[in-house]
Amino acid sequence: MKRLCSGLLVVLMLPTAGCGQLEPWVKPYEREHLADPIMDWDRNPVSSSYVRHVYESREGARGGMGGAGGGCGCN
Amino acid sequence: MFCRLVTVVACLSVVAPAMAGVLDDDRADIMYHRYDGGGVTIDGPSLLVRKKFAEKYAVSASYYIDMVSSASIDVVTTASPYKEERKEYGLGFEYLRDKITYNLGFSNSKESDYEANTARASISQDMFGDLTTVSLSFARGWDKVFRRGDDLFSDQVDRRVYGIDLSQIATRALILGFSLETVTEEGFLNNPYRSVRYLDPEAASGYAYEPERYPQTRTGTALAMRARYFLPYRAALQGEYRYYTDDWDIRAHTAELSYTQPWGEKWTFDAHYRFHTQDGADFYNDLFPRQNYQNFLARDKELATMSSHTVGVGASYEFTMPWLKFLRKSTVNLKYDLIMFKYDDFRDLRVTSLEPGTEPLYSFDANVIQLFFSGWF
Repeated sequence: MKRLCSGLLVVLMLPTAGCGQLEPWVKPYEREHLADPIMDWDRNPVSSSYVRHVYESREGARGGMGGAGGGCGCN
Repeated sequence: MFCRLVTVVACLSVVAPAMAGVLDDDRADIMYHRYDGGGVTIDGPSLLVRKKFAEKYAVSASYYIDMVSSASIDVVTTASPYKEERKEYGLGFEYLRDKITYNLGFSNSKESDYEANTARASISQDMFGDLTTVSLSFARGWDKVFRRGDDLFSDQVDRRVYGIDLSQIATRALILGFSLETVTEEGFLNNPYRSVRYLDPEAASGYAYEPERYPQTRTGTALAMRARYFLPYRAALQGEYRYYTDDWDIRAHTAELSYTQPWGEKWTFDAHYRFHTQDGADFYNDLFPRQNYQNFLARDKELATMSSHTVGVGASYEFTMPWLKFLRKSTVNLKYDLIMFKYDDFRDLRVTSLEPGTEPLYSFDANVIQLFFSGWF
């Protein structure tokens, strides 16, 4: 696990090595498609939080799939 | 005891993939949700409202109710069917300064035998020409555990959640996401009502029950990656994968594929498929050889070796209501999921005519319905 964390940290820090020179390769005016509501990671938070809790109360794994509050029903 | 996982889920809320730099629009959602499967019916309302001020501050409030009617296989084989209600309140605050968004939140969940309080904080920053958003998060939970019919029983759980999220624009049509999340818990982690079974030649059924015993600590880590792609004819395709592991020896793989298709100006349709598989906890057993066989004992089917398949569809219709001028846009949404759970080492004890350990493996299907209204103002 420590190796995994260290590796991810290195990956996260790499872009900072030359951030002064970094030019965005997708310009703001080229992000029309990305700004479309259908490209949202989470279009309906009230729904995604509910679905997440349905799974996390019935499976042994949790976390990592985005997040939000919710209820349970594991009995 | 509706479930301590409620608070785990609440803690995890802080690490949702975030887009810093712009606060989300003012919005209200009201939902009716219903889960029906394995002898359990849970339904109730959910409400979420958020409002921003001066484009720099935003507050949000949520309210959620689970009304449970349970005659699950655990209940019918070792206890009596029951009804219960859980209520959860949440408050959130966001502050946007330049390209950094600060988040604070608190939630409280109460039911007759469980109370959970969760505080969370996160910070998100846009960088590299707004191509990259990095979020760091931390949450802390304090739970109190009780047991119905036993006024002397009281215990607690202490929880910490650490998360890193990264959202990366890759091309004009592709966005990528990565999440690393660790949950660590300490305290009374098992369900005070559940039992394990062990072989007992003197029992008529051939087996008897004793209470579960879990370790007092648990640490798990999830690593997830996702990609969302804009298709040329205006549709979106998303793939997602998560690997999970913890010190109870549960290892899980989860994958999901989803597709979004607008239709005309008013309709949006969704379809998705999800697959999950996991190895059971190392102290789990469907049938222990004898009483007190080992230090830790579990027969909780969530900790068993199992898999699930989900197929789901959804439809959303957008409309305006001229007589409600404060609402810019509204949608009404209906979603349906069919979840098929299959257990590899959890047996159906409703079948009593067979030798212990030879009962059929348990499986069940669940129907999940969500009907909700969303309004932007």
